[in-house]
Amino acid sequence: MKKQQNHTINRRTFLGNSAKIAAAGIIFNKLSATTKKYNSWDGEIKVALVGCGGRGTGAAIQAIASDRDVRLVAIADVFKDQAQSCLDSLVEKYGDSEQLSVLKETIFIGFDAYKKAIDMADVVILTTPPGFRPQHFTYAVENNKHVFMEKPVATDIVGIKKVIDAGKLAIKKKLNVVVGLQRHYQRSYRKVKKLIDRGSVGRIISGQVYWNGAGVWVRPRNPQQTELEYQMRNWYYFNWLCGDHIVEQHIHNLDVANWFIGATPISAQGMGGREIRNGKDHGQIFDHHFVEFTYPKGQIISSQCRHQPGCMNRVDEVFQGSQGNVHVHSGNYGLIQSHRGRKLYLHDGENDINPYQQEHNELFAAIKEGEYLYKDFQRGVNSTLTAILGRMSTYSGQKITWDEALSSNLDIVPNNLTSFEDSAPVYPDKQGKYPIPIPGVTKFI
Amino acid sequence: MDRFPFLIFVSILFCQIDNSKFAEYDETLIGTDQRIRMIPVSGGEFRMGSLESERRRREDEGPAHQVIVSDYWISSLEISWDLYELFLLRNIDSLLVDNERYNMDIDAISGATMPYVNYNQPGYPVINVTQYAASQFCKWLTAKTGNFYRLPTEVEWEHACRAGSEEAYSFGKASVSIKRYAWYKKNSDGKLHKGGLKEPNALGIYDMHGNAAEWVLDFYNSQGYSINNNVQIDPVQFSERLYPRVVRGGSFKDGPARLRSAARDYSKELWKRRDPQSPKSLWWHTDAVHVGFRIVRSKSIANKNDLEKYWIKPIKEY
Repeated sequence: MKKQQNHTINRRTFLGNSAKIAAAGIIFNKLSATTKKYNSWDGEIKVALVGCGGRGTGAAIQAIASDRDVRLVAIADVFKDQAQSCLDSLVEKYGDSEQLSVLKETIFIGFDAYKKAIDMADVVILTTPPGFRPQHFTYAVENNKHVFMEKPVATDIVGIKKVIDAGKLAIKKKLNVVVGLQRHYQRSYRKVKKLIDRGSVGRIISGQVYWNGAGVWVRPRNPQQTELEYQMRNWYYFNWLCGDHIVEQHIHNLDVANWFIGATPISAQGMGGREIRNGKDHGQIFDHHFVEFTYPKGQIISSQCRHQPGCMNRVDEVFQGSQGNVHVHSGNYGLIQSHRGRKLYLHDGENDINPYQQEHNELFAAIKEGEYLYKDFQRGVNSTLTAILGRMSTYSGQKITWDEALSSNLDIVPNNLTSFEDSAPVYPDKQGKYPIPIPGVTKFI
Repeated sequence: MDRFPFLIFVSILFCQIDNSKFAEYDETLIGTDQRIRMIPVSGGEFRMGSLESERRRREDEGPAHQVIVSDYWISSLEISWDLYELFLLRNIDSLLVDNERYNMDIDAISGATMPYVNYNQPGYPVINVTQYAASQFCKWLTAKTGNFYRLPTEVEWEHACRAGSEEAYSFGKASVSIKRYAWYKKNSDGKLHKGGLKEPNALGIYDMHGNAAEWVLDFYNSQGYSINNNVQIDPVQFSERLYPRVVRGGSFKDGPARLRSAARDYSKELWKRRDPQSPKSLWWHTDAVHVGFRIVRSKSIANKNDLEKYWIKPIKEY
């Protein structure tokens, strides 16, 4: 079987060289230097991945799987090892395919790596921790790239405003933007939304949305790390990178509330804190938030998110309408009932397509056809801001309005980082504890 | 002189058989009030699989064949979230571990990641676990208690399920009484239920039919069982391939036919389809909320080397 010569990472060279690489202790040598630079050909869609963690790798695989003409041409990360393990996965999956067209010189490492990768592509996948999203999204749009980016789209208000500005530019340039709020690409949710819009439950009056779980990973400090590197490794626990779990994770459920109601909240008030999340690698974030969101027509959404093991768990969304109730969750579940308990609709999602695949299928189909269909950044901004608004209310203990949140100048992400030697935006005290918000004391900024 | 070989024989016998009585017992775990009730199942020869005459039978259940199984204990319930969380959180690891027999380093046993979406509910079977995750729980429990726990072989599973019955179900041929014994499509309201609420089988084992389907150790072959002329003793089919592997008993999602003692189901890649990461989780499925497991312990004591072959190996998926 003849293979294209420009395809340089394949399973054989990878396996063949791996022992040598280990001996030499040199990363990336397995990619033999190519003689042929990357060439375009008809119908080809060049993709760059920025952020090589597990989710980024997954998204790259989904992009490749979405269309045969997709070529992954570059990857970027600040961590070499992260890029390496991403590449290992890609080679496992697509080592023999010409769709994997990453070359040794198109693996970019460092704080400016994203620019080099984005420059090479038609479409970019932005999957770093969310704190960097505004910067990356802006650069991508300025350079005329279509975008798939993960949620949330920012961790502070300055970031939100950047995304809004870049989004406006994307509209002007007709660049497709898909945001990884994948429930919008899930059949069960789409079907239920359609039925709600047709009036199946009347007008939505109230709802409860939940992400109550045990919590996520912790990456303990390694003494060789600088403070900045430690935070970027253990990013979930630092607000400038993650936004707290109400933003990073619970955004999915808040997003459904906005979507089904068809509006964004006008205000929020809530409470929260950290009851059990008090270890030395637990940074700054809370382990629970309870927020009441008020919507323009007086609808109330109660939102719970909790990261505490051993408690009741639930991840779903329910809504009460004037004529019936809705219950949905990400397990392809959608139920609409009358007030008397009669089942009006029960979604059969046994064989539904994976929504993480569907979002890429739709994006790349649009790009291929030259169509401009996706402006997801608007929903990305609204849902992210909803979650940040919730966080502002639980951190401060005050009622905060949407307009107040949007006119805040909250700016927690440094935008000029160049190396791990740079100072971090937040430091621990002598006991190793980071500043943690205290309701009633912490001021709304 | 005549007695000498006899003595050797006796001492060998005593080495291989646990001194404890072959009776029901509760496995306790220091640092928690959780217990695992273990039911003794006397081995022997039985007929595995279903006859061609059995209603709603599928090809993979045959040929019906004789098998010999050794004595073992099996947990009376599917392993609960409460128990699985002890392994997930690993807070009790440091509390007096009785690992004299196997001298296993509990800290060396890989810890599970947290599930992306939690379904934990007290008293409910743990579900969405991979076969590897189920096996690692057994390994951890072995290190913690000094008793060798593992997933059942498919033979052990069916033997315990039948509890002496050669009919379609442990409670007889017809499915009319199924609702007394099992959570299944018609009575489950599409949901998993707390363990042990239905009647047990003749051995005192709950939820073998329905509620959560259960992992066993074996690889699945759609052609059915490969057998030869000899009656096999404790057969088990290991494989280096990740899919398909056998799950048994049917679940709350299934109709009665899939709950029969001989009915087999198997794992599919689709069960991880909504995992957004790559590599995909070694520990959790996203779309197998109907699959859990229960544990067994052989009556004869395995030596440490034998243990290794019963631990499921992690296999990466991308």
